[in-house]
Formats: sequence, C-alpha cells, structure tokens
Amino acid sequence: MHKEILMGNEAIALGAIAAGVNVVSGYPGTPSTEVLETVAKRKTEDIYVEWSVNEKAGLEVAAGAAYAGGRALVTMKQVGLNVATDPLMSLEYVGIKGGLVLLVADDPGPISSQTEQDTRTFGMYSKVPVFDPSTVEEAYHMIGEAFELSEKYGTPVILRSTTRVSHGYASIEIKDEAEYYKNKPDGFIKDTGRWVIFPRLAYNNHKKIEERNASLKDEFSDYKRNFIVEATGDKVSSKKGIATHGISYTYTMENINPDNSPKLLKVSTPFPFPEKLAVEFLTGLDEVLCIEELDPVIERALIYVCGKYGLNVKIKGKLTGDVATSGENSVDSVKAYLAGFFGEKSDSEDTFDISDAPALPVRPPVLCAGCPHRASFYAVKQAMKGKKAVFSGDIGCYTLGNAKPLDMTDTCLCMGAGFTIPQGIGKVEPDTYLFGFVGDSTFFASGITGVVNAYYNQANITLCILDNSTTAMTGHQPHPGTGRTMMGEIVEKVSIEKVLKAIGLTVVETVDPLDNKNATLTVKRVADEPGVKAIIFKSPCVALFKPEACAGIDSEKCIKCKKCINEIGCPAIAIVEGQVTIDTSLCTGCGLCAGICPVGAISTERNGGGKNA
Amino acid sequence: MHKCVLLCGVGGQGTVLASKLLQAAAEAKGIGVLSAETIGMAQRGGSVFSHLKMGDDIYSPLIGRSEADIILGFEPGETVRMLPYLRKDGVVIVSKRPVMPVTAALMGSDYNGDAMIDYLKSKVDKVIVVDTDKAIEDLGSAKVLNIVLLGAALESGALDITKDEIKEVIKKRVKPQFVELNMRAIDYIKKE
Repeated sequence: MHKEILMGNEAIALGAIAAGVNVVSGYPGTPSTEVLETVAKRKTEDIYVEWSVNEKAGLEVAAGAAYAGGRALVTMKQVGLNVATDPLMSLEYVGIKGGLVLLVADDPGPISSQTEQDTRTFGMYSKVPVFDPSTVEEAYHMIGEAFELSEKYGTPVILRSTTRVSHGYASIEIKDEAEYYKNKPDGFIKDTGRWVIFPRLAYNNHKKIEERNASLKDEFSDYKRNFIVEATGDKVSSKKGIATHGISYTYTMENINPDNSPKLLKVSTPFPFPEKLAVEFLTGLDEVLCIEELDPVIERALIYVCGKYGLNVKIKGKLTGDVATSGENSVDSVKAYLAGFFGEKSDSEDTFDISDAPALPVRPPVLCAGCPHRASFYAVKQAMKGKKAVFSGDIGCYTLGNAKPLDMTDTCLCMGAGFTIPQGIGKVEPDTYLFGFVGDSTFFASGITGVVNAYYNQANITLCILDNSTTAMTGHQPHPGTGRTMMGEIVEKVSIEKVLKAIGLTVVETVDPLDNKNATLTVKRVADEPGVKAIIFKSPCVALFKPEACAGIDSEKCIKCKKCINEIGCPAIAIVEGQVTIDTSLCTGCGLCAGICPVGAISTERNGGGKNA
Repeated sequence: MHKCVLLCGVGGQGTVLASKLLQAAAEAKGIGVLSAETIGMAQRGGSVFSHLKMGDDIYSPLIGRSEADIILGFEPGETVRMLPYLRKDGVVIVSKRPVMPVTAALMGSDYNGDAMIDYLKSKVDKVIVVDTDKAIEDLGSAKVLNIVLLGAALESGALDITKDEIKEVIKKRVKPQFVELNMRAIDYIKKE
C-alpha cells in the first residue's frame, strides 16, 4: 500500500486496475472522462482499453469481454447511459460471467449536461444493483466490491458517482502493483441457453433477478458502507433523524457537531435498498429528513419501508418541499436544511455580504479565439443572409455557437439530433433552408444513422460536419477520424467523406472554414442543391497546435466601426482605451477578422508578429 | 483543526497548479487533504475555483460560506465574488491585474479592477495586494504569477506550510530549467 493524492475518477480507475480489470471501454463525457484516461495511463500490460464509438458500443464490448470471463469496466456520463440502455436492459436478463461494472457519472446542477437524471433511479428501472460512493476513498474501494458482487451474482453492477466525487481530490491509501488481483479469464464457453436471449430465457431469468434483488436487500443491510451513526449529546433524546448518501453525506457531516449529532443513515447501495437497516434506523424516530441530490430515491424507499412495516415516521425531503427538487447541494444548502429541520438558527450574519459590491464581470463560456467553429458558423450565416433558414446544433464545443453575435444554434437536443431534428422541421416547413451542425466525434457516435435516415427518406438538408480532428469539449480524446487509439496504435482513419459518399450523397464538399470567402461561396452553392448534401468544415482545434501567426490592427487605418467585434465575437479582440486591439496572448492568427474589416486595417503576420496599436 | 484555502481566478491562470503544490506539500507533511476544482465548460475564459481543505475531521472537498482561512485571488473581480466564503477574520491575497471578460468588447463593460481592490480593502482587514505587472517585470515572466501569489499566502502565515516545504515540492514537480524562476517567484513577496 502507498498514499497518493487522487482525483475521484483516478481512484476509480486505479481501483478497477487493482481489481484485475481486463477490458475497459467507454465514451467521453463530463464528469466521467478521467476514469478511462487514467486506466490508459496507469494500466498494467495485459489490460485492453478503448474509447468506443459510443456508449452502446462500449457496453457491448465490455459485455463480450465479461461473457468470456474477463472483468470489464465501461465508463460514461449519465446521458451516455441513455445510449447504452438497449444493451443494458437485455444484459441484466442474460447476465455475465466475469465481473462487469458500469461507471456512470451523474451531473447534479447540471454543470455540463442536458439533464439532471439520476442513475440510482436507472438502476431500479433496469434492476441493476447500484453503488453510490461519498468520497474518493470510498469510490476506490467500492469499485473492487462492485466487481466482486457482479461476479458473485452474474449481473452487471453500476458504480454511480457524481461530479463532486468524480472531480474531488483526496490523499488515500492505494494498493501497490504487486498487490493487484489478477483475473485470468477462462474464455467464452458456448451455451445458447445462456447467451442467446429468447422470451423463455427472459421469463426464467426475470424471476431469478427479482429473487436475487430481494435477497440483496438483506445482504446490503449488512454491507459495511451502509450504516447508521447513532445520535450523541442532546440529540440522543431527539426523535429526528437524517438519511443521506453520496457527496451530500459529506456536506451533512461537515455541518454536524460530533458531540451533538442526530441519528443518521448513510445509504451506499440505493438499489436494492437495505430495508432491514432502514427499519433499524427508523425505529424510535418520529421524523426523518432525507438529504439527497437529484431524485428522492431514499425518501421514496423510506416511505415504502414505513408503509410495509407499519412504522409511523414522517419522511421529509424533496417530496415535501423541505429539500430543493433540482440543482446540486452544497455545504451551505445542507446547513440550511438541517437548521430548518431541527428548528435551529443559521449563523448567516458571520458571512461577508457582497450585495453592495461594484458590478462583477460576467464570464459566460465562449468559443476560443481562433476556433474554427466560429468561422464555420460565420460562413453559413453569411451565405444565408436574408434567407429563411433553421440551424440545428448538437453536443460539443460548437453548442456555444448559440451565443451572440453568431446566434447560429436554433436547436440542440442530444447526441446526433443535429442531423435528424431538421428533417422533421422540413416535413412541416418545406420552404426553409435546413442545416444540421454535428462535430466529428459526434458524427461517429450517432450522426451516421441520421444521415442514412435523411438520404433514404428524401430529406432536403445541408449537413455541416465541423471536423476539428478531436473530441474537444471533453479534453481532446481520439475518435475513429483521428487515426489514434487508446492503446497507442496509429491506425487507418475512418474518412467522413467516404462514409457520406458510401451512403449515397453525391454532393460532399470539404472546405477550410478559415478561408471565409471560399467557405461562404461553397455554402451558398451547396445549400441550393436538391436533397441531402454535406459540407465538411475541416480545420484543427486551436488547442491542438501552437499558433504560428497573430493578427495586428493598424490604428491609423482603423475607423472604429467595431464590425470585427460585432460580427464574430472573438475573445481576442477588445477595446483598450478607445482603441480596437488584439490580445496577442489569445490570437491564433486565424485571419477571420482580417477578412471582415471593411478598411483592411487588420493583417496577420507569422510567428507572433502582431503589432498592437 | 483544519485550514481551508480558496483559489479563484479565470480559466488558464494557473490556479490548479498552485492548488496542487499546496496539496503535495500538505501530503508530504502527513496532513490530510481534500480538494475540488472547476473542470469542463467553465474553463474556457470563465470563472474558476479550487477549494482546498487540509487537516483533521474533514469530509467534504467543498468549502462552505465563511469557512476559508485564506482566499488566493488571481483576479480582483473573481476575488470579490468569492468573498462570502472567507471567514470574517480571514486573509485575502489578490493580484491587482484585472482580466476583462471576453465578452466585454461585445456587450460593453465598465469593469474596473481598482474598484474591486478598494472594495476588498473596505471589507477585509487583511488584504495583501500583489502588484502583478511589477512582479512580472521584475521576474521576467508572466507564467509564475500563481507561484508569486502562493508565496504571498505562505508569507502571511495563514497556512501551516512553509516556503521551504513548497520549494521541495516545486523541485520535484517543475521542469529543471524553470526551478530557479519558481524559487525567485515564491520568495518575491517578503514581509515588509
């Protein structure tokens, strides 16, 4: 054993490695991404790791490995689990041989997601057992325990974390390589009665699953990470208790005086729910406050337990309006919940009040200076000036194209919908120019089926593939278009152009978005072609290379019309002491602004030669 | 007994490295450490923070209001934003140089860094203002602002970590050619 400062996601990865994981797959998504990246960085030689094309593929790869006796981990964020739902629902019925754990990271807030869905609820729906760690250390141990449970019962298991656990750091004791468990898979053994899902198998296994989950309630009542903390001090005579989980447990502990603390239930396995332990907790109490994030999972379970066992305890939480129904908890929100529940005063007068401060700067996320997405959006915007057009976006950095002054994202729903939503709009509003914007990684993840749908079903749409040669938003992971794998191999790239042509598209143009004139003309021409046509805007993400040029403004020529600012909203262009200037530390010399300037006052020079006025 | 540090600024200023160095120094002394930081969308020119807790009886990586012993502000406006997290008798170390919001040119903004510094001084007893531009000129590099601020924090005595302990960590973590620069940066702010 040795000590290391680890991020929650790193701890989960190292825990999986120590538990003898053989195959790791996944799709990037905040806050889950670092788990797979850490496996790739710290793995022993015999571990296989891949970024799969999407979460469904990732789970199926992991399932295959587990069928063959391997221990497999698949990682994703909560909305990724939606994509993997189809295999997960069936996999629970079929079962596995080697341990299979799904690491699903939820995003209360949400901080960078489309939804505030709760994977604990998903566990209940799919009948898959769920572990829910509160700390980095617990996450490290739990993944090993999840593998053991998975193998013992032949079921996939979910380790569900949240942003603050996944992205929190702690110094914890972890195993040395010599202490790692080595799993030696015995290979795939043919057995159609086991591995081929038919209605009969589903019926039989459904029955077994329900029996198993019923007995897991008891097993989890004895699981050491589900526990009751007995009351101390004055609270011993109080009939009020707290039930909590995950990161909210740590917020609760921060706010509790150890010498005067209420009876507390910590739930680490929300499904199957540790019923016996809950009965023990509820006995002797009149009222319980459930402090949870996302869904009221524990709250509903306790109400159920009260009904089942005839316990007269009032269960409070989200359903009673005592805890917020959306958003994430914090040390402070939990403090207020506790104060309200126990009728104690919150000491807010000791806090600095900044309501009288000067107006604070607002810093919304924006596309980076030099981002090729800005140029792509601008070209389409220019080409469609004065025309009736709808722009459908997708998930990635380019969602930021919705910000003013670009204002080029009219819809955004989920991965892949950038190509399919406009198809539906076109069936209702055929006189509109329809554009779908999808990034390169998203194209491979779930864009291709939408192209086939458009082509076969006779849509009239311009597909814009924003190809920046990386998965930028989540921190530059490789994908099938990059020619690199997580095992470090250099492989043949999958060509987006060839894929589109193979589907049947005849108009597939590739342009450099930074060549604004040509890009705009191409959009104009292509948009007027009938049927489904595509433009690949190809230019690498600015984070992938060191800028070789920088723009400069000739202050004598500049007429201060601010067209460069108001047209493209580049963060490198600012007004300093009345002069339009370019921040040389941000500018990449993309030249988009130079082409916009009506008086030719902006020029780009190679290698940081920008002359600021 | 525990210490809470809040580092705040704008994405790209080096708050994370400063936080990591403090963590490593605490770890080396056998002090328990928990921390959390902004990751994801907000990093692109947005407000960023690192919460750091060191000591015993700590559970949550996030700090509550009026809990921070010290705020290490890499930017005046961001420091004001985080003030509710500071204890009433806490210390503020703040860089004088404002970072204009990237949308300032577009939306129009009357953001004034000096007004923020004045506001901090009017509210907090212990404010140490680091003249960022002068420090960068004296040190000949803009890349070690985070280390200068970290040095000022250690100098203030608000933390249970010494400059020598941080220097040991820097020697281990920073590329050899930058160690000397970092050493000068950590010592840049001295008691008057």
